[in-house]
Amino acid sequence: MNIANFSQMLSFIKPELAVSVTILVVVVFDLIFNKNKKIIPYIALLGIVVTGYYVIQQYALSGTAFPTSGKYGMVTVDAFASFFKMIVLIATLCIVIFSYYSDEIIKTQGRLGEYYTLIFGMVLGMFVMISASDLILIYLSMELMSLSSYVLAGFTKLRTRNSEAALKYLIYGAISSGLMLFGISLVYGMTGTTNLYQLNAALQGADVNLYTVGFALILIFAGIGYKISAAPFHFWTPDVYEGAPISITAYLSVASKAAGFALLMRFLKTTFVTYVDPHGSWQLFNIFDWQTLLILISVLTMTLGNFAALWQDNLKRMLAYSSIAHAGYMLLGVLVLTNKGVSAVMFYFFVYLIMNLGAFFVVMIIANKIGSENIDDYDGLGYSSPFLGVTFGIFLVSLTGLPPTAGFIGKLNLFVALLDKQMVVVAVIAVINSVVSLYYYIRVLKHMFLTKRDEKISIPVPMPAFLFILVMATTTIFFGIYFTPITSWAQNAAAILHF
Amino acid sequence: MIHVSLTHYLVVSAFLFSFGLYGVVTRKNAVMVLMGIELILNSANINFVAFSKFGNYGLNGQIMALFVIILAAAEAAIALAIVLNIYKTFAHVDVDKINNLKE
Repeated sequence: MNIANFSQMLSFIKPELAVSVTILVVVVFDLIFNKNKKIIPYIALLGIVVTGYYVIQQYALSGTAFPTSGKYGMVTVDAFASFFKMIVLIATLCIVIFSYYSDEIIKTQGRLGEYYTLIFGMVLGMFVMISASDLILIYLSMELMSLSSYVLAGFTKLRTRNSEAALKYLIYGAISSGLMLFGISLVYGMTGTTNLYQLNAALQGADVNLYTVGFALILIFAGIGYKISAAPFHFWTPDVYEGAPISITAYLSVASKAAGFALLMRFLKTTFVTYVDPHGSWQLFNIFDWQTLLILISVLTMTLGNFAALWQDNLKRMLAYSSIAHAGYMLLGVLVLTNKGVSAVMFYFFVYLIMNLGAFFVVMIIANKIGSENIDDYDGLGYSSPFLGVTFGIFLVSLTGLPPTAGFIGKLNLFVALLDKQMVVVAVIAVINSVVSLYYYIRVLKHMFLTKRDEKISIPVPMPAFLFILVMATTTIFFGIYFTPITSWAQNAAAILHF
Repeated sequence: MIHVSLTHYLVVSAFLFSFGLYGVVTRKNAVMVLMGIELILNSANINFVAFSKFGNYGLNGQIMALFVIILAAAEAAIALAIVLNIYKTFAHVDVDKINNLKE
C-alpha cells in the first residue's frame, strides 16, 4: 500500500476522523479549562457541524476502502451510509439541545466533559457500524458503541434506577454481542473470510452445512436484534429506557436503532443477495430463509410492543414499548427484501427521528418541573400549559400514524412496500397493531385534557426549548403534507452498493 | 499419542460456549454472570484461532482473536465499574434482586 493510495482511502472516512478529532478536543478542553464547563456543548455543536459537512460531501462518493485481502475493503461508503449518518448526526444535534435543558444532566455539570466524550464515542461507533462491510469491523464498532452507552445509561447516578439500568443494559448487551461473536467465528470457519463481499462470493454455490449456517446466522442476528430491540432480544429496552437519563433514552431510541437497522440491511443485501431484479426485488441465496425469520420477528415485535404498552403508567416506559413496536413496523420494510422497502424504512426513520425526539423532549420539560414521568401527574396539564399539550398531541398522533402527520406517510410507505409483495396478512396484522397503539397514545392526551386537577402548576419553557419543540411539531405536520423531497432522497439513497 | 485436530478444538470451544451460557443464565452473582460472558467470548476466540490455523485462511482469525481479547478487557473494566456502582447503591450484587424497575 503506497502513501497516495492511503491518503485517498483516508478521504473515505473523513466523517469518522472528524468525530474522532471532536472526541480529542472535548477531552483536552475538559482537562485544560477545568472550571469552564459551559463551553463544552458549543464545542460539541461545532464538531457536529464539521462532521455534517463531511457527511454531505460524501453523498456522491461510493466505493470501499481498506482492503484486507482482495479488492473489497472493510469500509463501504455510499449514499445509503450518508443518509443514515445524517440521521445519527441530526439525532446527536437534538441530544445536545436535550442535555442543555435536562435537569439530570445539569445536576452532573462537573462531568460534562465525560458526558460529551462518551456521546461522541457512540457517534463514532455508529458511523463505523453504518459503513462497515467486514464482520470484524461490525463487531468492533458495535462494541465501541455499546461500551459508551453502558456508561451513559448509568451516568447520572442520581437515583437507584440509573445504576440498575446500566447493569441490565450491560448484561444483556454483553451476552448478545458474545453470541454474535460466536456466530461470526462459525461463519469465518465455514467460508474463511470475514469480508461481506467475499462472503457473498464464497456462499455462491458453496457446499456448506445448512444447519450450521442457520445456527451461525441466528446468533449473528441476535446481536443485531438486540441493537434494534427486536422481540426475543428486547428485554432490556423498557428497563433501560426507564432508568437511563432521559436524554440518553431518547438517543438510544433513535440513533442506535438507526445504526442497527443500517447494519442489518447492509448485512442482508451485501452478503446474501445474488442479484436484484429490475423491479428492485432481491433474490437471496437459498441457504437461509431470512424472509420467514424476519416476518416472525417483526410480527412478534410489534404485537408484543403494542400490547405491553397498554398497561404502562410511566411515560418513559410506555415510549420504550412504543419504540419496540416501531422497530417491528420498520422490520416490515426490511422483510420484503426490496429496494422499495429499504427506502420506506429510511423515510420512516427520518419521520421517527422527529416525532420521537419531540415526544421525549416534551416529557423531559415536564419531568424537569414535576419530577416524574407518571401518567397520573399529567392530569390537566393540557390546560395549564396548552403549548406543551398541543405539541405533545401532535407527536403522539404522528407516532400512531394518523393523517395529516408525517407518521402516516411513513407507515403508508411501509404498507405499500408490503402490498407490492402480496403480503396481505402481514399488512393486516400491522394495521390492527396501529389501531391498538391508538389506545395508549390517546390515553395520555385524555389525562392531559379531560382529567381535572386541583392545584394549578405552570411549566416553564425556556425560549430556545420553545422554538425547538415548535420546529419539531411543525416539521411533523409539514412532512405529512409535503413529503416528496424526503421520499426522493430516501429512494436515491436506497441503492445500496452491490457488486 | 492422540493427534489434535480441528474437531478437538471445536469440541472444547462448544463446551466453553455452553458452560458460559449456562453460567450466565443460572448464576445470581453479577460477577459470576460476567465470568460466563468471558467464557463465551473465549470460546469464540478458540474457534477463530483454530479455524485460522487448520483452514489455511491466513491471519484474519488470529487478528480477530487479539481484538476480542482487548475488547473483553475493556468490557470487563466497564462492567466491574458498573457492578461496583450497583454494590454502592444496593449493598449486594445479586442480579435477581435488582428489579426495582419491573412493576
